[in-house]
Amino acid sequence: MLARSLTPVLLMLTLAAIIVACFLGSTPINLERIIAALLGQGTAGDSLIVWHIRFPRALAAFLVGAALGANGAALQGLLRNPLAEPGVLGVSASASLAAACVIYFGMAATSPWILPISAIIGALIATALIAAAAVRTSSVVTLILVGVGLSSFAGAAMSLLLNISPTPFSLADMINWTLGSVANRSFDDIALAAPFLAAGFLILWMSRRGLSALTLGEEAASGLGVNLRRQRILVVLGAGLATGASVSIAGAIGFVGIVAPHIVRPFVRHDPARSLLPSALLGGIFLILADIAVRILPTQTELKLGVVAAIFGAPAFIWIAMQRRSGGT
Amino acid sequence: MDLNVQDVNVRVGDAQLLSGVNLAVKAGELTALLGANGAGKTTLLRTALGFIKPDSGSITLGSDPVQSLPPLERARRAAYLPQIRPLAWPNTVYDVVALGRFSHGANLGRLKGADAEAVKAALTACDIKHLAQRTTDTLSGGELARVHCARAFAARAPLLFADEPVAALDPRHQYNIMKLIREYVTPQSGLKNGALVVLHDVNLAARYADRLVWMKAGRIIASGSPKETLSSERLAQVYGVKARTEGLNVIIDGAL
Repeated sequence: MLARSLTPVLLMLTLAAIIVACFLGSTPINLERIIAALLGQGTAGDSLIVWHIRFPRALAAFLVGAALGANGAALQGLLRNPLAEPGVLGVSASASLAAACVIYFGMAATSPWILPISAIIGALIATALIAAAAVRTSSVVTLILVGVGLSSFAGAAMSLLLNISPTPFSLADMINWTLGSVANRSFDDIALAAPFLAAGFLILWMSRRGLSALTLGEEAASGLGVNLRRQRILVVLGAGLATGASVSIAGAIGFVGIVAPHIVRPFVRHDPARSLLPSALLGGIFLILADIAVRILPTQTELKLGVVAAIFGAPAFIWIAMQRRSGGT
Repeated sequence: MDLNVQDVNVRVGDAQLLSGVNLAVKAGELTALLGANGAGKTTLLRTALGFIKPDSGSITLGSDPVQSLPPLERARRAAYLPQIRPLAWPNTVYDVVALGRFSHGANLGRLKGADAEAVKAALTACDIKHLAQRTTDTLSGGELARVHCARAFAARAPLLFADEPVAALDPRHQYNIMKLIREYVTPQSGLKNGALVVLHDVNLAARYADRLVWMKAGRIIASGSPKETLSSERLAQVYGVKARTEGLNVIIDGAL
């Protein structure tokens, strides 16, 4: 059946995309040498390029995309709206604002953990605000407007920081956080974010059955035995951790969390629980491919991943919004 | 499994939503909850399920206070059919009915054994087997109401609380749904369930319920068999309508 083969197919595509990502770049290396290097049997030069430049970058792109895809699927399940996503709800922007604050005040150098942790705190504050708004209002439109407000505020505060930035160096650093990129990411960067990513994924996975039940609405879901409070806390915590961790790797990257679950949903009969894992895989594949495009496009300065994601993602967002039938909440 | 509500008061801000409510729902009994809009019927249902914490009084589901039951255990004892709301996603009928097995730990798409069997039985009982693979956004109102009923039945809980399960249905579907609930309460297999159903159609209630519970302004003002409690005075008092009764039939002539 389609639904059953979806995850294995996506896993194979992921593997293929990572290999292709290792294959392409400024120094041509043929497939045999790539595979040899990946297996630890290549020449020193090949190993350096593959293991220290291309593979970590592809892995970073995959993890960030996977976090965004899973978060999108989970938030859409919780809020029962296909337009919910960390980027749209201002969670990513809040996380990068927190990271930029740390850079601005020069605290980033004190410990390598400061940056990821501050990004995660920023993401958690934003997700908690949205969940608090979700308790007060049953209208998802209101909720998305709260997210838009949050996003605008974080954007404005970010502009303020850029505006008063003391040195061009920290200015460039902060701009990188807003544009989103996985260039020059090392295994160390990934390792710092990994525990938070893993915790976020795990928490979202634990919340999946409740997401299925929420399809019927909150009242009926409580009737089925869903603990709504616990469900909200799990999704907020999971999405906050994973979004914060992904921002700490790559900065803010939008729309992956909308597009990936939207494509996956029809294959899993629109069940939010079954869409979690495939959405994560597809989100990861998207970002690997987008990052490959960024690298091989013959532009003078390398394009930023987040910019490319938004160029394609934002029109998709508008399209999905326009497909929605009127009368929905 | 019985529901026992004793001396329950619920207050929200300045509004007294329920005052001194006593109610018992027993196995093998279909109880209809009647009253005008805002009389407190839905509040009573939600309080009985533990969604609203009463300011005073006690509610027991089986032998335990409802507030002390973990949500999943409570759901295994009482299935809840709230007023029908649109679904968030166009799920298949089969998956929606399968959600009835949530409290038993079932995962959608991987139903086994007792779960799969209960879903199949519920689909058959509600006559929607042929719709199992359809998506819910393609169904008519009557079909959707049967899907929700099947979902509640699939839980195989000894008690069923339903909030206006026949609202917005044509007469034929109203009778169909009430017949299904009636069969659920006294099935041929002998195992007995109880049901508490909010209804607005007095004729339908008198025809199918064993007991009518009449509510007004947060109080239960009468409770008993249709024969005992159905009268034109009662209808005037509860709904403010001029009505005549002929046996268990009610003819409403207009508002008072």
